[in-house]
Amino acid sequence: MLRLYTKYLDMNLRAQLEHRQSFVMMLLSQALLAFSSFLVLQILMQRFGSVGGFGLDEVMLSFAVTWMSFSLAETFVRGFDRFSVLIANGGFDRVLLRPRSAILQVLGSTVDFSRLGRLLQALIILILVAVRGPIQWDFLRLLTLGNMLVGGFCVFSGLFILQAGVTFFTTEGLEIFNIFTDGGREFGSYPMLIYGQLMLRFFTFVVPIALFQTYPLAYLFGRSQNLGLVFLPLLAGLFLLPAYLLWRLGRRRYESTGS
Amino acid sequence: MRAIAAIFRADFNQHIQYRASALAGLTTQFFWGFMYILLYMAFLRSNPSAFPMTQRELMSYVWLNQGLLIMVVIWFVDLRILDDIVKGNVAYELCRPMDLYHYWFIKSVSRRLARAWLRMVPLFAVAALLPQPYRLMPPISLLHGLAFLVSMLLGFFILNALTMFLYAGTFYTLNPTGIRTLMAAFMDLLSGSLIPLPFFPDAIRRVLELLPFGSVQNAPFLIYSGHIPTERILPTILLQLFWCLVLYAWGRLLFARMIRRVSFQGG
Repeated sequence: MLRLYTKYLDMNLRAQLEHRQSFVMMLLSQALLAFSSFLVLQILMQRFGSVGGFGLDEVMLSFAVTWMSFSLAETFVRGFDRFSVLIANGGFDRVLLRPRSAILQVLGSTVDFSRLGRLLQALIILILVAVRGPIQWDFLRLLTLGNMLVGGFCVFSGLFILQAGVTFFTTEGLEIFNIFTDGGREFGSYPMLIYGQLMLRFFTFVVPIALFQTYPLAYLFGRSQNLGLVFLPLLAGLFLLPAYLLWRLGRRRYESTGS
Repeated sequence: MRAIAAIFRADFNQHIQYRASALAGLTTQFFWGFMYILLYMAFLRSNPSAFPMTQRELMSYVWLNQGLLIMVVIWFVDLRILDDIVKGNVAYELCRPMDLYHYWFIKSVSRRLARAWLRMVPLFAVAALLPQPYRLMPPISLLHGLAFLVSMLLGFFILNALTMFLYAGTFYTLNPTGIRTLMAAFMDLLSGSLIPLPFFPDAIRRVLELLPFGSVQNAPFLIYSGHIPTERILPTILLQLFWCLVLYAWGRLLFARMIRRVSFQGG
């Protein structure tokens, strides 16, 4: 199964490098998109100094973690993000005919490497904050950071899978999901606490974005010694469960669009 | 002129049928609007003296931006035109007894207007009923209201003129996605879509206000709320007019040169 997946990765990479100019242009424009969001963050933080009790370093870290995990999910789970295309053109029928896992094939159908442009941009910001020094790095803090990225990847992947699951019922992709995917990325650039208690609760218990940024930030920056915060981001992984269940439910009652 | 009116009517009527999609988009835009407002309020609470606009001006800006989104963002383009360019179907368009620039320009206008109309009416209706301080208030005075309409019209013209550059760019690179993302990234930042231009540091803001991008939404929205004082309305509108003429002339020149160079590879 892993061999098949690496084969998919290889295929996708080769196909995209075939149009090298386009690929580079996409990579750059993705990085530019991330950069302009970061520029806005800088402008706002320069003007106001802090927001909701968070300083520049904390906001930058929140930005870096959210954008890195988003772009990883967007690169490797893009097949689910673009699932409505697969449904509309009947491509999913072909997937079901093959004696391999449907999930693996959907994952392999599109791996969009140009989305890594944002990852690069976010990585630079992460390194910038990391070396600037407010965080006393040790093993547990590194582990926290790793967990935050894993948690973020799970939440954004879960959103893409959820979106694909809904497509089984609606055939058309729903613009509303953009609230949580693109919206989650944009507004998750800041710790969710700044939007007030109601929003924090929503982004903790419904779409658990706060689990991998707002809470563990306190541990990273030494504002809390609670060891539970190191592993809290992993709890966000639970979000994959309902996403998977809905997708499975949809697949069971899938009857093809007939094209 | 009659041809233009006919194309406008046909396209407008076609696009005004996407009601369900407009309704879905409406929910999305309300959410984005609210989240932006919550974000700005968080900054306002952190440091009230650094806030460059009044709350009323901010609410007008956010809701006008959401309601008129399709009339102010470059990325809402006609994918079919991009597809025609890449696949070569544009050859058929060139056979029409009408200038390609005007044909696409009017298609861009009617498509955006129809889609915007569907979202704008319900969004403004609800935004005007929201509890304070979130409510969308009427323009600050009748004069500002009328000036807003003129300024919005000119801004919309500039946006469509810029869209024509996107089409031209697609002609040259045959990579519509790349060009579109690139232009969208620039425009979102420079036009005041991500944050209103008054939030930028003063020196940068003054430059951005002079660029054509600042004329698309920043100028009309700030006139509406009175952030741009009465005596600065006329210069603002004259600048917009200037950009309309320049971008239109430049775009037509570009198209004329491009069409002379265009070659088709059969098929």
